[in-house]
Amino acid sequence: MSQQLLERLWARLVGHVDGVLLLLTLALMATGLATVYSATADSSSRLLAQALNMTVGLCVMWTVAQLPPQKLMRFGVPLYLAGVVLLILVFLFGIKVNGARRWLSLGFTRIQPSEVLKIAVPLMLAWYFHKHESALKARHYAVACLLLLVPFALIAKQPDLGTAILVGAAGFYVIFLAGLPWKVIVGLLAAGAAAAPFAWTMLHDYQRKRILTLIDPTTDPLGAGYHIIQATIAIGSGGSFGKGWLEGTQTHLEFIPERHTDFIFAVYAEERGLLGNAVLLLLYLLLIGRGLMIAANASTLFARVLAGSITLSLFTYVFVNVGMVSGILPVVGVPLPYMSYGGTALVTLSVGVGILMSIQTHRMLVRQ
Amino acid sequence: MLARQSQLAAPDRELARFRFRVGLAAVAVAAAFVLLASRLFHLQVVQHAYYSTRAEDNRISLVPIVPNRGVIVDRQGTVLARNYSAFTLEITPSRVDDLEATIDGLSKLIEVLPKDRKRFRRLLEESKTFESLPIRSRLSEEEVARFAANRYLFPGVEVKARLFRHYPEGSVGAHAIGYISRINKRDLEIIDENEQTNNYKGTDHIGKSGLEQKYEFQLHGETGYEQVEIDAGGRAVRSLSRSAPVQGNNLTLTLDIKLQAMAEKAFGDRRGALVAIEPATGGILALVSTPTFDPNLFIDGIRSDDWDQLNNSPDKPLLNRALNGAYPPGSTFKPFMALAALETGKRTPGQAISDPGVFNFGGHQFRDDKKGGHGIVDMHKSIVVSCDTYYYVLANDMGIDAIARFMGQLGFGQRTGIDIEGESPGVLPSPEWKKRRFRRPEQQKWFAGETISIGIGQGYNSYTPIQLAQATATVANNGIMYRPHLVKYITDSRTGEKTMIEPEPLRVLPWKRQNIEVIKRALVGVNIAGTSARAFAGAGYTSAGKTGTAQVFSLKGAEYKASRVKKELRDHALFIAYAPAEQPKIAVAVLVENGGFGAQSAAPIARMVFDYYLLGKLPKGAAGEDDVEED
Repeated sequence: MSQQLLERLWARLVGHVDGVLLLLTLALMATGLATVYSATADSSSRLLAQALNMTVGLCVMWTVAQLPPQKLMRFGVPLYLAGVVLLILVFLFGIKVNGARRWLSLGFTRIQPSEVLKIAVPLMLAWYFHKHESALKARHYAVACLLLLVPFALIAKQPDLGTAILVGAAGFYVIFLAGLPWKVIVGLLAAGAAAAPFAWTMLHDYQRKRILTLIDPTTDPLGAGYHIIQATIAIGSGGSFGKGWLEGTQTHLEFIPERHTDFIFAVYAEERGLLGNAVLLLLYLLLIGRGLMIAANASTLFARVLAGSITLSLFTYVFVNVGMVSGILPVVGVPLPYMSYGGTALVTLSVGVGILMSIQTHRMLVRQ
Repeated sequence: MLARQSQLAAPDRELARFRFRVGLAAVAVAAAFVLLASRLFHLQVVQHAYYSTRAEDNRISLVPIVPNRGVIVDRQGTVLARNYSAFTLEITPSRVDDLEATIDGLSKLIEVLPKDRKRFRRLLEESKTFESLPIRSRLSEEEVARFAANRYLFPGVEVKARLFRHYPEGSVGAHAIGYISRINKRDLEIIDENEQTNNYKGTDHIGKSGLEQKYEFQLHGETGYEQVEIDAGGRAVRSLSRSAPVQGNNLTLTLDIKLQAMAEKAFGDRRGALVAIEPATGGILALVSTPTFDPNLFIDGIRSDDWDQLNNSPDKPLLNRALNGAYPPGSTFKPFMALAALETGKRTPGQAISDPGVFNFGGHQFRDDKKGGHGIVDMHKSIVVSCDTYYYVLANDMGIDAIARFMGQLGFGQRTGIDIEGESPGVLPSPEWKKRRFRRPEQQKWFAGETISIGIGQGYNSYTPIQLAQATATVANNGIMYRPHLVKYITDSRTGEKTMIEPEPLRVLPWKRQNIEVIKRALVGVNIAGTSARAFAGAGYTSAGKTGTAQVFSLKGAEYKASRVKKELRDHALFIAYAPAEQPKIAVAVLVENGGFGAQSAAPIARMVFDYYLLGKLPKGAAGEDDVEED
């Protein structure tokens, strides 16, 4: 009797959990926790806070995984509308920090609405395509692009190029996977190339500087180039096998800026070397591979494009962050999934992985 | 393939397209990861050695440890130059964004006076390296604590413990001891020429004058190094290895600072110079040049008003008159002329002239000091009463070449080689000198009439007080001539070994003993019954001396104010002497600028110096020009 109850409880607990995703997530979280500990060796409070963030993340992931895709679909429109309204409020009443208007004050706390859009945009677009699945026409793609452009422009205007790129990418992946004709894609690419010089003039000074320092970091070794130079030194000096955990001199002598957040990869690479990097990249690759598999096997258009978009977004985070820290992409504020310190990004990430689990586990039920 | 696709149902076609696009995405993902992996491979394998070095360079810093500068003590062991440690507040300009704001912020914690800001700005202009520059020195313990509590607010600012030079005796002997000051571009060149560049890393002061300059590389010591691990803020985290600095060598001087102080005091507010030499060694007992200055003013970078005062004063306190002032010797030249006459066989001691008070030569009258003359004058009397006519005739008989040859051997018109930089050679007149000195042919010719005034120490004669003192000491020492020197020995700070500055005879003059005795007897006579008899009345020892009065020979470049002209036109007073006469222990040359007669103002100073040095007697109160006569 009690045996049966336990079995049912266990089934309830793990029923909607994807074992592969969970294992990969736990492995990445463990790596991230160890690296945060090394990066913040002077304060164990950060370590505890991050462990708490991860626990919350796991709970969020489990909860989201319980919701069937049909239910998730219902969140699309309200979440999207709420997000856009909040962005407009930020535009009008936001708090300015370091020259960027990204935060909204609620009196007791501050929120960053752009984070919500990372999930809301693919959810909304996936719902939109799903709704018009039977007769997708050119205008549907046009409307989808418009739905994407509004939040993208609002976020880019803050300015927050990093988040804007991630939201834009998430939306684009949905549109692409939903079958945006190749003619349009090629046309967009050509137009983009033509508009690049114009876009250059639209960029903020600091953004332009970041791109220029990427091309030659030594032009400003104490200013904008400093981050790139020091991070590159950290990675390069790590060598094949690394300097060992807690032994990174660039890390512990504080040469790496933002070492527990955006530049945490430099800390990891310095201490674990190329071997550690290979392991880490493999974990991400497996995670992305699993996500794409889930997308390919999903039963509805909504589930497919949403899973594909979430997975490719995850890839974008990893690529942009590692590319930036290793000096092949300009510096944009993008955290490294599961590694960088910070609760907000972890929760967003967990919602995404939770959705992937939901899509994978509910597919079985639908088929049955 | 196309045909089959068209046969598929719409949802399946849509699924196939989706899977194709996911496949494309997977390929893109794989390509991106290959890109990242190859970038990491490039950094961590291909360029690993380069980045390892960069990381080590980041991490490790060589910090020079400045050695303690050697100490200078006088012959009795009294400290003349020492070091003390004090805290300074220093800013590294390259690490500070807004200097003005930083200094303003600091001034709220620690008093920063306008002069501190001014000095900092001047140092900033001079320095181009990444060194730290002092904004305040000599912080109190409380100020250090206040800054330490707020240090995080001021990146690029730190408190450093530095060694400072201090001259406890202040202005006494300043011209001899010299001073140190901040290293400038010229000093850097000298350091470089001596291949000391590495040894001067971290050192920011260097000897600028006097012994501090001459013995710079002895006093400096060897710089030590500490390898420290530093963090990104440049702060030392821990020490990795250390090689200790070696303290500079100590100098022990021949100078007697009490004698020096007493002699300086004896000058009162008069300008002048005094050199006292130990005849048997050439060791300098006192090297006076008045007015003097406080060398402590220079150490921290001299304040501009102090500098203006020192530099623009008509009394020229920075001029070392003993080495760089050139004066006609006046009658103090006569004993050397007399010795020359004996040695060249132009005179015998008994040969006498009848002095009418005037010597006519080439239509020109050369007058004696005393109207009507001194009557019958032999060599002894010529020195005791300082008869001019005797020497006019003598000079004419000897001729300028013979005079120049003899005086040159005595060191006149040449640098003595004292261990201080920048000594002036003076002028030993001769036809050759005139040819070198003048351009136009009519000026280059030597006239026989010019020889006459050379005989009484006037004319083109122009010697430094140290030359006069050296010549006097050489006569006192029976012709054995020593190089005057201030340092007795150098003590090696590592081994404690003493390197004596050997009293090396510069040359031994082949004078006949009986000739020297004639001169010496006459010089003793001067102090007993001659021009300086009054000054030496009642002395508890025998002494020899000769007074002199030199017509004013305006100092190079000196611009006297109209109101001072009268005093400035007065004659310079000179006096040379040694004592005790039988076994000379001290020889002096005294010069009082515009002091009038040598007997009046210069001789009493020599008396006081002898009294103190030989008998340990201190003069009663400071001696002014007028109370000397009543003495």
